[in-house]
Amino acid sequence: MRTLIFLLRKEFLQIFRNKLILRMIFVMPVMQLIVLPFAANYEMKNILLSVVDNDHSEYSRKLINEFTSSGYFILSDVSPSYEKALKVIEDDKADLIVEIPRGFERDLVRDNQTKVMISANAINGQTSGLAVSYSNTIIKEFNNRIRAEWIQQPRLNPLPVVEITSNNWFNPKMNYKYFIVPGVLALLVTLIGFILTSLNIVKEKETGTIEQLNVSPIKKYQFILGKLIPFWILGMFVLILGFLISFIVYGIFPEGNFLIGFLFAGIYLIAILGFGLLTSTFAETQQQAMFIAYFFMMIFVLLGGLFAPIENMPDWAKYLTYINPVSYIIEVMRMLVLKGSGFTDLLKHFGIILLFAVVFNGLAIFNYKKTT
Amino acid sequence: MTNEIVIKTDKLTKKFGDFTAVNEISFEVNKGEIFGFLGANGAGKTTAMKMLIGISKPSSGSAEVAGFDVYKQTEQIKKNIGYMSQRFSLYEDLTIKENIQLFAGIYGLTDKEIESKGEALITKLNLQNESNKVVGQLPLGWKQKLAFSIAILHRPKIVFLDEPTGGVDPVTRRQFWDMIYEAADGGITVFVTTHYMDEAEYCSRVSIMVDGVITALDSPANLKKQYVAGSMEEVFIMLARKAKRGE
Repeated sequence: MRTLIFLLRKEFLQIFRNKLILRMIFVMPVMQLIVLPFAANYEMKNILLSVVDNDHSEYSRKLINEFTSSGYFILSDVSPSYEKALKVIEDDKADLIVEIPRGFERDLVRDNQTKVMISANAINGQTSGLAVSYSNTIIKEFNNRIRAEWIQQPRLNPLPVVEITSNNWFNPKMNYKYFIVPGVLALLVTLIGFILTSLNIVKEKETGTIEQLNVSPIKKYQFILGKLIPFWILGMFVLILGFLISFIVYGIFPEGNFLIGFLFAGIYLIAILGFGLLTSTFAETQQQAMFIAYFFMMIFVLLGGLFAPIENMPDWAKYLTYINPVSYIIEVMRMLVLKGSGFTDLLKHFGIILLFAVVFNGLAIFNYKKTT
Repeated sequence: MTNEIVIKTDKLTKKFGDFTAVNEISFEVNKGEIFGFLGANGAGKTTAMKMLIGISKPSSGSAEVAGFDVYKQTEQIKKNIGYMSQRFSLYEDLTIKENIQLFAGIYGLTDKEIESKGEALITKLNLQNESNKVVGQLPLGWKQKLAFSIAILHRPKIVFLDEPTGGVDPVTRRQFWDMIYEAADGGITVFVTTHYMDEAEYCSRVSIMVDGVITALDSPANLKKQYVAGSMEEVFIMLARKAKRGE
């Protein structure tokens, strides 16, 4: 116990003397939480629209009006032909072409059907997908409106009409910031816990101070606790700071129990620190450690469900997310912040993250040797 | 000098794959001795020392340090030894006082002892004005003297020094050896490796390792007589020349 206190004191002295790391611990959450959510904007506004109107009729103008009045599209170009419109896309002055064929109004009136072609610039697949789906909705609505104008509704509607209304639960305004901020916070805590721990131990290997500790009567668990506790406290500090920022800047306050969030993050951090510790037992230099850490961070981020929804992943990738601890904390953070889930809803998550903590730390302790 | 044996090895061997770094070395070190462990670069000195201080498992043979077995009782060995490696291994970003507190604390000294012994150490090394400076700012010679003082602060039975004076100026080296003598007079056995042959002359007994094998072991005076040499340097060169291993 006494030995542990000496080790902890040493670790804190070193952390507080390292001005760069100290600054990073403050600056990183502030920067990332304030800048990233604004930049990683999932909403699409200002889609540049190019229209090729071959019909010049009342209905074609009505349809174009539907687009421009939706608020998502800006009419940036009117081209006489599809080829000309493609040029505009090539010049990056439009994202989407809507081509209305000749005889649009005539076909609509006479045959009761017609076609509209939508072409999207799919260099950015996500943008084009959204643009196309917005267009679909607009055209469908246009469709319905015209029908309403034409068809005399019988007094008793013979066919029951089922109308679909959507309601976004837990995030009623579909505010993407509510969605992304908890995730960014989870990643931040991961980054700080994982990288700082592994680099710290490998640095001791590089300078040779770890050898001096290895020839002393320090026990393995004392050494490991001496490393885990300080970085655990740092991680929790960043978490609290992050919650404060997301409350002040975005007005996000967890719907669920605050304490459950901290409890989960606390266990999660132990798991991540254990992983950092495990990494450090494999790396001999800080360069190697950094490289390993970077490799895993990329996987953690891309398979964590923050940017790409896990539901949309192919099966093999889904299985990978099961062994990615980050996917659990991102999910839990969202469940807590948006849904207000309680402890019983999160039991499964608690169990899994506890398992991660035990396995990672167990392996790290097993792999850390007091011998060279 | 009493004849109590504090280090005893019997055919101690360390192999890395096909390579035999240390090949069946057997020797004894008596309490209070200054035992010089010489050898060219790559002769296996550091490997042998690492087995004795319990951070490297031997491949075969046996050894006892401070009465404890190097296979099974490494943790007891660690309580009874001090160690100073060729790389400076105090924390450069901690002050002199903080380093003293840390290492004294790890070896289980009480707060009172840490206070008084730390104070005495700083006064002895004349570092009163520097005691709150981080160690990284000190000149190398001072660092080495400080590292040695900290390595023996908990009064170990044996202190292992791995090339403690590498890169240090002659005056500081001389002072360093005065400290070694003082420690030996206080009953601490000193096990030291060095490349400086003038330092070998200061030892009670020296062993010379060539290609993983101890080829000579005696007091400097006897060795010079045996090899008909004027200095330890001549003895060393005569033996080390036979080495087949490269650098």
